[in-house]
Amino acid sequence: MEETVEYAQATGLLGGVWLLVAIPLVSAAILLLLGRRADRWGHWLGVAAIGAAFVLGLSFFFQLRGLENKSVELSLWDFIAVGDLRVDFGLLFDPLAAVFVLLITGVGFLIHLYAVEYMSHDAGRRRFFAYFNLFVAAMLLLVLGNNYVMLYFGWEGVGLASYLLISFWTERPSAATAGKKAFLMNRVGDAGLAIGIFIMFATLGTTQYDEVFNGVGALTGTTVLVLGLLLLLGAAGKSGQFPLQAWLPDAMEGPTPVSALIHAATMVTAGVYLIARSNPIFSANSTLQLVVVSVGALTLLIGCIIGAAKDDIKRVLAWSTVSQIGYMFLGVGLGGAAYALAIVHLLAHGFFKANMFLGAGSVMHGMKDQVDIRRFGGLSKYMKITWLTFMMGWLAIIGMFPFSGFFSKEPIIVAAFERDDWTAWLFGGAALLGAGLTAFYMTRLFVLTFHGPQRWTEDIEHPHESPKLMTIPLILLAVGSVGAGFLLATSVPDWLTETAGLGGEHAEHEAVLSHAVITTLSLLVTVLGAGLAWFLFRAGTATAPQPAGVLVTAARRNLYTDTVNEAVFEKPGIFLTRALVYLDNRGIDGLVNGLAAAVGGGSGRLRRMQTGFVRSYATSILAGALLVMAAFLAVQAGWLA
Amino acid sequence: MTELNLPSINYSAISPILIMLGTALLGVLVEALVPRRWRHVVQLTLALLAVLAALTMVVLNSDERIITAGQALAIDGPTLFLQGAILVLAAMALLLIGDRSVERGGAFVAQAAVTAESADDRRQAEGRNGLTEVYPLTTFAIGGMLIFVAANDLLTMFIALEVFSLPLYLLCALARRRRLLSQEAAMKYFLLGAYASAFFLFGVALIYGFTSGIPGRPAGVDFATIHAAVSESPASPVLLFAGMALLAIGLLFKAAAAPFHVWTPDVYQGAPTPVTGFMAACTKVAAFGALLRVFQVAFADASWDFTPVLGAVAVLTMLVGAVLAVTQTDIKRLLAYSSIANAGYLLVGVLAPSRDGLAGTMFYLVAYGFSVLAAFAVVTLVRDEDGEATHLSRWAGLGRRSPFFAALFTFILLAFAGIPLTSGFTSKFAIFGPALEGGQAWLVIAGVLTSMVLAFPYLRVVVMMWLSEPGESTPTVTVPGGLTSAALMIGVLATLVLGVAPAPLLDLAAGAAQFVR
Repeated sequence: MEETVEYAQATGLLGGVWLLVAIPLVSAAILLLLGRRADRWGHWLGVAAIGAAFVLGLSFFFQLRGLENKSVELSLWDFIAVGDLRVDFGLLFDPLAAVFVLLITGVGFLIHLYAVEYMSHDAGRRRFFAYFNLFVAAMLLLVLGNNYVMLYFGWEGVGLASYLLISFWTERPSAATAGKKAFLMNRVGDAGLAIGIFIMFATLGTTQYDEVFNGVGALTGTTVLVLGLLLLLGAAGKSGQFPLQAWLPDAMEGPTPVSALIHAATMVTAGVYLIARSNPIFSANSTLQLVVVSVGALTLLIGCIIGAAKDDIKRVLAWSTVSQIGYMFLGVGLGGAAYALAIVHLLAHGFFKANMFLGAGSVMHGMKDQVDIRRFGGLSKYMKITWLTFMMGWLAIIGMFPFSGFFSKEPIIVAAFERDDWTAWLFGGAALLGAGLTAFYMTRLFVLTFHGPQRWTEDIEHPHESPKLMTIPLILLAVGSVGAGFLLATSVPDWLTETAGLGGEHAEHEAVLSHAVITTLSLLVTVLGAGLAWFLFRAGTATAPQPAGVLVTAARRNLYTDTVNEAVFEKPGIFLTRALVYLDNRGIDGLVNGLAAAVGGGSGRLRRMQTGFVRSYATSILAGALLVMAAFLAVQAGWLA
Repeated sequence: MTELNLPSINYSAISPILIMLGTALLGVLVEALVPRRWRHVVQLTLALLAVLAALTMVVLNSDERIITAGQALAIDGPTLFLQGAILVLAAMALLLIGDRSVERGGAFVAQAAVTAESADDRRQAEGRNGLTEVYPLTTFAIGGMLIFVAANDLLTMFIALEVFSLPLYLLCALARRRRLLSQEAAMKYFLLGAYASAFFLFGVALIYGFTSGIPGRPAGVDFATIHAAVSESPASPVLLFAGMALLAIGLLFKAAAAPFHVWTPDVYQGAPTPVTGFMAACTKVAAFGALLRVFQVAFADASWDFTPVLGAVAVLTMLVGAVLAVTQTDIKRLLAYSSIANAGYLLVGVLAPSRDGLAGTMFYLVAYGFSVLAAFAVVTLVRDEDGEATHLSRWAGLGRRSPFFAALFTFILLAFAGIPLTSGFTSKFAIFGPALEGGQAWLVIAGVLTSMVLAFPYLRVVVMMWLSEPGESTPTVTVPGGLTSAALMIGVLATLVLGVAPAPLLDLAAGAAQFVR
């Protein structure tokens, strides 16, 4: 596939693509700068900004359809230009970016609308909408940039906004901890992406998409492998994939609309976008593709297993997100036509997952913020709209015919079976097993919440349905959960093949099983999983977790991944900090020593003395000097360098 | 008896230095002759005019590429760029130093000789006008820094080092409040600074010994002689390496690189905040200007030998700065550790021996200087009746009390964290790119990783300001008068502009990035 990637210049209406980023950004700035003066109407400004972006996105989309070369770029200004470094501040609007723009602004608009009501009792609603708009602007920049540095801008902005939103309720210590965890794990991924971008500079001398993709053929296999692995690390961090999956479920501490927008519909898909966008790099190395596929398959199973053992409604949904994105990674890793399938699943998932998260928010709204599915039950009678819309989401995610998940997930399972060696059985089998497990735990969630006996806490007498402003977005998203799959699966793959550099010819492999057999099998395991869960949980469950076997205990503890993280990252990190503080002699201000107490005695903590002695500073400088001298002399003697 | 030849001096090329030192002397006369109530205005005006005049001369000289005053001073691209940077940043620092609206009488002590914590001391803190000797001291320091980045031999460099260090030691001791802390900081800085100067001077002696051992060449400590001696030296003698190590130690001390950073947090915390800002911005420019010249001009041919050692120092510095910043609870100490980590990133730039690397390092110095001065400007504003409230717990909820200043500070912290569209991102980019092309991948990786760590303490402050409820003890922000506002807005705007459209300054730096030998 030695075709070169070429972008056309944006003209006419498409010259205004920058407005997509600018409108939410300006709105966020207004909301933050005006402060309390904007409290009364600020949220509506936030909603309007996203609505306007959606309308604009839609008109750009139709404009793009009429063009010959469907990849147009808009160069705004030379961002960095010194010596060999040349970075353009530019945007790229192509079929791939267009579908992401529509997803982000479309689903984003509905979630904004929902949040107006959901956050109406929160004193910080205006600030919340400012961060929300900031997030959307960053996400749009991420998908619209025409080079990796622009992508990195959006990437960082998205991380920052999500940190602010997860820790929004700081009065909860768990929210602050979750915010930190999300931030740190994302930083691990970000570091991978940043180093990857620097490697592009060093080897290709550019970060523009077209130049990178045209130049990747000239690189050695090892360089491509390292580059791809670093990009994958970045993608895994943002998308909550193995081994960086732990932050995503903890991030559910934020307000529910945040979970719906960031941790279901948009931000977590940034990793999939990165890999789809970089597919010329990933297609250039089959080892790389194998790694991506393995990460996807492993994560989708991890997500299913842990999701089946959780009792917190939002956490089950979060682990299902981890698992569904695993499917998308599987898709993008398979390469060829499966790229498009992964994007279709991503779009379909955006609808049904936002639908279910907002449904969960609606349930919590009526149940005094209870999140434990063991304390729900029988809610179908009291929350008719939430129940019906959630049902659409549930049927969609388990891949029941004819709901959207069926049309988007099943082709990925088929594609996994189409690999040309024994790995077809491995990855196909994993995808199939995942489908069964998904059906099981999502049915468990649905049945325990809406059916069976009531197991409410004493203080709830009569759960109420949510107000219209919350149910209307639910209904619209439910319609998407029903219909989107078929529409997307029949139109999007063709549309996406027009993305320059994406797709390529589809390597025709015979699947190891016939298409019909796979479809039948996947429907069969779905029905089996769902049926089993219905049978087990139709009569409700105990109101507290019961002692369980090894597997369930392990799953309840996130398969011990947190323990591993703690042992591998946290402990050495703490040790390093302590060691440095110790070596640094006094470090933390809290370590007040005798001198401070004697001299500063009683004059209050603000006038407390510093805690170090000059003589110990001088000693440490001397020690450092001896080290530097020794190092120089070692170099001179030829022992180093 | 040999005839004494006076070296020819290009006075216009060195006029910025002469202007600053002359103004400093004039300032001393002003102290003696001008009535007390006029001194503040006269001194501040004089200092600002001098900086402006010196800056004008730097701009007029911008095409000058000469070595003058008998090999003592090199006026070339990097010198002029860095002198310009020092002058611009010093002007901002002078605005902070001159401010008397935030605290009655200014940030400086009215009577330095009274016993700290005594009743007299409390009386002087209550609003008598501060000492105006700070202006000649500052202008002396600026003059010294201008020589330091232009010095073309090691002795001139040493003298310049002392010329700008001594006033700084004094300035550190002149805080109006928390006098003990301030005096302790000055004492520590002075003792350790003298100690480091001794290392530097001993290094000069060893290098002189090394050059005198090369047959057929005159001995000397000017950079051309050293450069020739290094490239012609048949073996790599111990004297050269020991001398290089000692010189590096002296300079790394000023640059606040680990393990010679120990003074930084205490001094940054104890010094009057405007002086801390001045040191964080201008001293850094001067120290790195000298490091660049010493290692890229004099010892350029030994780069294979010093790169691994300085690289290790850079990694250690980044690590110490980033990790210890996480544990800080005082905003000034936090900024001190952040300044240490930034010294590490700058060292990466020093080790990227290309024009792009030099340009990137110079760009970084300017960008960082603007941001750090703006940061300390905000620190001066957050106060209660006992002066500045620097403990981090007291910044909780500041965003609710004073959203405007909290927003400015947030923006600066985001720049420190290297978030895109701020100068923090573009400047790191400008350093890491050339370093990677120069084959220093390990330094770049260490830089990226530590900057990820370092982002955490900054964002913790952001979250604390915006997402915590203001407590009983949350101080309010004093609305500043014109001088501090001007400095703050210049810093914030520069951080934004250099983040969004860095190209013009990068071009300027690239054009200047060529040393003359």
